[in-house]
Amino acid sequence: MSLRLHVTALEMRLDVPCNLGFVGDAVELVANRLPAGTLSPRRLSFNFRTALAEALSNAIRYGAREDPARVVRVRVELGRDAVRIHVSDDGGGFDRSNLPDPTRPENLEREDGRGLFVIRHLVDDVAFNAKGNGICLTLRAG
Amino acid sequence: MSFSLKKDKSGIVVVGVDGQLIVGNRQELKQKVLDALDGGARKFVVDFAKTGYIDSSGLGVLVSLSKKIREQGGELRLAGLNEDLQTLFELTKLDTLFAITRTAEEALAAF
Repeated sequence: MSLRLHVTALEMRLDVPCNLGFVGDAVELVANRLPAGTLSPRRLSFNFRTALAEALSNAIRYGAREDPARVVRVRVELGRDAVRIHVSDDGGGFDRSNLPDPTRPENLEREDGRGLFVIRHLVDDVAFNAKGNGICLTLRAG
Repeated sequence: MSFSLKKDKSGIVVVGVDGQLIVGNRQELKQKVLDALDGGARKFVVDFAKTGYIDSSGLGVLVSLSKKIREQGGELRLAGLNEDLQTLFELTKLDTLFAITRTAEEALAAF
């Protein structure tokens, strides 16, 4: 199975099979086609790539339960003032109301539980849809 | 190849991470380090000088490996973090779990 990116002047779209092995390739495919200028090379290299990898990983693992018959959808809006990453799955939604703080001493040695915490520090805004199975990450220009 | 393992003359294993350490390749890193641990190595340096980004799964595997290595009486040190990666470790407070040096050579010298 291969990844196929659809690109217009206003957005990019990509369906990613629910296999964690596709995350790295999907991130590179999208990041390498992002028009220069909106995000600085440094933010594109680190913030954009890490945030997209986190959102994809969460959707594949927790939303679509790594079911190979399902896909996770990525849409990247290309604005002059910002880049917005939308990642959605067809799962039942993510309950983010009671997430433990990964920086508390009792959680530091946990292997997981840092994804959303990391995302919030990498992007300028994080929004979820009502069901909780879609996330929108905004990186403002600069 | 994402990872390279080299053993120096005193038996310290230096693991180079080329590109990224993320959910899709973390198991490969984990297995390589655990194989070296099973083979008797106890001192490890993970060198991020050629690393672009690390996601939370990558951070998690480092935490897990560090714990396993400590249980065997060894230590895992980190080196070569760029400014963004250093910030990532600081904001997650994982900089308090690991000895972090500017270069792999400094980490080797400090063992």
